[in-house]
Amino acid sequence: MNRRLSWFNVTSLTLGFAFLYIPILLLVIFSFNESRLVTVWGGFSTKWYGEMIRNQALMDAAWVTIRVAVLSATIATVLGTLAAITMTRYVRFPGRMLFSGMIYAPLVMPEVITGLSLLLLFVAMDFSRGFWTVTIAHVTLTMCFVAVVVQSRLVTFDESLEEAAQDLGCPPAKTFFAITLPLILPAVVAGWMLAFTLSLDDLVIASFNTGPGATTLPIKIYSQVRLGVTPEINAVCTVMIAVVAVGVIAASLYTKRAQVEKEKAERAAVLQAG
Amino acid sequence: MADQSAARGPTWTKWLVVAVPYLWLLVFFLAPFVIIVKISLSQTAIAMPPYAPVFDGLATFWDNVRELSLENYVWLTDDPLYWRSYLSSLRIASLSTLMLLLIGYPIAYAMARAPKSIRPTLLMLVILPFWTSFLIRVYAWIGILKPEGLLTVALQGLGVLGPDEQVRIMNTETAVFIGIVYSYLPFMILPLYSALEKLDGTLLEAASDLGCPPVEAFWVITWPLSLPGVIAGCFLCFIPIMGEFVIPDLLGGSETLMIGRTLWNEFFSNRDWPVSSAVAVVLLVILVVPIMVFQNYQKKI
Repeated sequence: MNRRLSWFNVTSLTLGFAFLYIPILLLVIFSFNESRLVTVWGGFSTKWYGEMIRNQALMDAAWVTIRVAVLSATIATVLGTLAAITMTRYVRFPGRMLFSGMIYAPLVMPEVITGLSLLLLFVAMDFSRGFWTVTIAHVTLTMCFVAVVVQSRLVTFDESLEEAAQDLGCPPAKTFFAITLPLILPAVVAGWMLAFTLSLDDLVIASFNTGPGATTLPIKIYSQVRLGVTPEINAVCTVMIAVVAVGVIAASLYTKRAQVEKEKAERAAVLQAG
Repeated sequence: MADQSAARGPTWTKWLVVAVPYLWLLVFFLAPFVIIVKISLSQTAIAMPPYAPVFDGLATFWDNVRELSLENYVWLTDDPLYWRSYLSSLRIASLSTLMLLLIGYPIAYAMARAPKSIRPTLLMLVILPFWTSFLIRVYAWIGILKPEGLLTVALQGLGVLGPDEQVRIMNTETAVFIGIVYSYLPFMILPLYSALEKLDGTLLEAASDLGCPPVEAFWVITWPLSLPGVIAGCFLCFIPIMGEFVIPDLLGGSETLMIGRTLWNEFFSNRDWPVSSAVAVVLLVILVVPIMVFQNYQKKI
């Protein structure tokens, strides 16, 4: 499908992207508004960013959120990658159906159900709620997203490279770190990024599983949003959008470069093997 | 093929690879569902946590089973709030999924027809909002839709509204629909696009060479071939919308009933854990079939 775009195609793209981006753009623009009124433009100012940084409760929440996101994304990436290997390489093992069910179900499961059921588990285990319960909850949710991302890379992976290494006497663990991991790395990095942002953004699951001293940024934002729109919250949201946008664009550039290098490496490996 | 390369390693590494994520999911995903079912069948106790204890070991297991009661489920059928919430969620989720399909399809179609060189950029533009927080995107709409918000200012500026008039969208079901369509649009576009992109353009050329008008060619060729994407996109949106909490809570009015919100209030305001568990279990039962259909299609794509 590579023909010229009709006016209908161009209109749907323009309207579609306008719809997707205008609300976010307005939010960003009004974070630089001098006036406290959100709808009246009072001149350019960065004072709300200053207010934001001086707001200790907000900064504490941001710090908790970043710690939870980094830790949970890292654990989820390890578990998710193992799960992806399990699903692509081990065709038969007892309970495989159950396993793939448990990988796909959390992707669409309403968050209120996941959040509430995990909370009840923690209470039943007499686990005090706080930083760790939020982290575990986020690992459980995000490892499934990592698994799906890494799995889609493993499916297109040339397994003869691994077989060649093992034929030459390379132990499986070494084969994984020397051959498999470098080749699937772009997907693993993308998985980590996805897990990180999902954790950064989550309100519902965190609200159920949080405890004293573990208020995350979305919980803080939610409680303030209920009281009304303020330029300070616009500033916080703008910072979060900027972090995610820079991360996603950097990751996609990295993936593109890695793709080129991967093809080069695969060709070199084939030449060496031959 | 796959089995061979795996079988060559020592079996314990193989089992470790399977066992670690498997055990994690069993403990933190499956076990909680067993507990939620159990608690939905228990009675509210005054003690904190607000339900009678569950995990006393196997010895008391059968005693517990005898004490199970359907009281909470009876309660759900007694109070019209619950079944009205379920029905209203079903209605809102179905209608908004249909809207998402009608809006998302032309966008995905145009993306798939765009020159190959700009497709990655277009894809990036769809994915970027998808990575941005739900909460932030919903919050952005509050500033637009509220009575003294940006939409009122814009319409007053254009002369559509008089200086004293204000838009009345905030805290209505319309606002909820806008919020849902806005938040879930990337979820609909992405599977549609991946199905439409695979479509072989020569099929359409052949049809037009043989004198088939474009509209008919769409219904005979494009639509049936994009059906897996349509189904995946619809389920990917419908299932989470059913349990949506943030959007109805922030954009909807008090009369906008959705079950995710009812569950949240039952848990956080009324602190009735057994009833909120029962609400969650019933929601899960409603969603089991859609989730299984979704998994089936997820494997195929």
